[in-house]
Amino acid sequence: MKHGALILRLAILGVLLAFLAAPQAFAPLFAPLNNYGAPAIYDQGNLLSLAISHLVTVLAATAASTLVAVALGVFVTRPAGAAFLPLSRTLVNVGQTFPPVAVLAITVPLVGFGQTPTLIALFAYGLLPIFENTIAGLESCPKPVLEAADGMGMSAAERLRSVELPLAMPLILEGVRLSLVINIGTATIGSTVAAKGLGEVIIAGLLSNNTAFVLQGGLVTGLMAILLYDGMRLLERRFVRGSV
Amino acid sequence: MITLEHLTRRYDDSTVVDDVSMVIEPRTITTIVGTSGSGKSTLLRMINRLVEPTSGRVLIDGRDTRAEPAHLLRRRIGYAIQGLGLFPHRTVAENIATVPRLLGWDEARVRARVDELLGVFQLEPGAYAAKYPHELSGGQQQRVGVARALAAEPQLLLMDEPFGALDPIIRAKAQDDLLDIQRRFGTTVILVTHDMDEAFRLGDRVAVMSRGRLLQYDRPAQLITQPADPFVSQLIGSTDRSLKLLSLTTAGEAAEPGATDGPTVQSSASLRDVLAELVWSGATVAKVVGPDHAVVGRLSLASILARGRRAT
Repeated sequence: MKHGALILRLAILGVLLAFLAAPQAFAPLFAPLNNYGAPAIYDQGNLLSLAISHLVTVLAATAASTLVAVALGVFVTRPAGAAFLPLSRTLVNVGQTFPPVAVLAITVPLVGFGQTPTLIALFAYGLLPIFENTIAGLESCPKPVLEAADGMGMSAAERLRSVELPLAMPLILEGVRLSLVINIGTATIGSTVAAKGLGEVIIAGLLSNNTAFVLQGGLVTGLMAILLYDGMRLLERRFVRGSV
Repeated sequence: MITLEHLTRRYDDSTVVDDVSMVIEPRTITTIVGTSGSGKSTLLRMINRLVEPTSGRVLIDGRDTRAEPAHLLRRRIGYAIQGLGLFPHRTVAENIATVPRLLGWDEARVRARVDELLGVFQLEPGAYAAKYPHELSGGQQQRVGVARALAAEPQLLLMDEPFGALDPIIRAKAQDDLLDIQRRFGTTVILVTHDMDEAFRLGDRVAVMSRGRLLQYDRPAQLITQPADPFVSQLIGSTDRSLKLLSLTTAGEAAEPGATDGPTVQSSASLRDVLAELVWSGATVAKVVGPDHAVVGRLSLASILARGRRAT
């Protein structure tokens, strides 16, 4: 079972890399999907470089969300920050409720077209799962364990670093994984404001009624999401090893 | 020597610990016993400042515990609690090494100490050092919890219901281990329990608490023969107080010189056990032998009965 899953993942990775490296080799597969002899493979830009900038945008936005959400989660679970929990929760929830498209609409007039509005939209959208999971992880630390940490003379910072964060890490990583996967899909809308990414392929397909383009953009995005999801799962499992 | 001076802790309107003063001799075991809500755990936690007193102070060897930051104070005081609080993400060896590492011991010294303690607690280092807490039995976890509390060679060890979660057989073994280790390291132990038998078995002195007040602080025999308060006699129970009194003395302490051919008892057995043996065998005299099987002396039924009689 476990072996089969690994082989499947490697196969997905292989197909994805092969397609990005030499998309034209796959042309016969996509040709039946479009009419009037339109190109079967996206030809208005390099697919590999689009995929890379898509990934870089998502990773950068999620990294920023992680930093802010974990720091905020740690802060509101300290005695000094407890009063800010409701406020932080509201802010983070707004980030999630506000549709990324709307964020784009608001930020473009402020920061102009390109990568920046997409980064902002993804950053705001990704905060909630990481923030909530950080809080859940920190609050799930068993009370006797924390009391033992205090009783043995750990300072608040030592307790956070060597007990609370390691114990919360599986849940925090789960939050990061959720954000990452959601944002891989969401990032495609960035192309409406001229961010470089796989959305470009999909939009080009929609505009020219080219189903092959739409499918290529969608498939590459989807496969990247699957691989990231699995990669994060592997990372999480490493952290669960010691805990009950 | 630990001196508690007029310790009081209030939460809003309720007084959890009310003006408790006591002096704890070094290298002894003091047990604090009381019902739940009696303030015994709070009293213990004021000694290492997990709870700050509302008023009063704690002196360890004459030095006020507030003279240094709380977390530095706690590194010098061992602390073991019910439910152990072992770190689930750290191995047995890493758990035990916690305080030595906080104190900045070098790795060789830490490793030597961890191996020594694993040996003392009958956990073969090769087999157990790299295990995680959830891979151990309840009794083994408990031993690791105490080993961790002793790791930095503290002169004072605080224990809050450390054996509460153990079944009776493992519990008795853990109590024996604690007595051995206390003798071996000469640690001053303060142990909180709600179990009167445990308090009597382990304590050189027993402090009885109720509703935040210290009712009596004395040697176990004194508590049985001269209870200072109706609550103390109620807690001890009146039906078997003679037997409780007998259980405080060992056969070795009470043996009289002379030879006999009665049933053989170990000098470490309590008079209560010797009495039971005499009743069972129908004999009137028992032969007391030491750990090396050499005869220590004799114990007659009459002398045992005399020791269980109310002091007049």
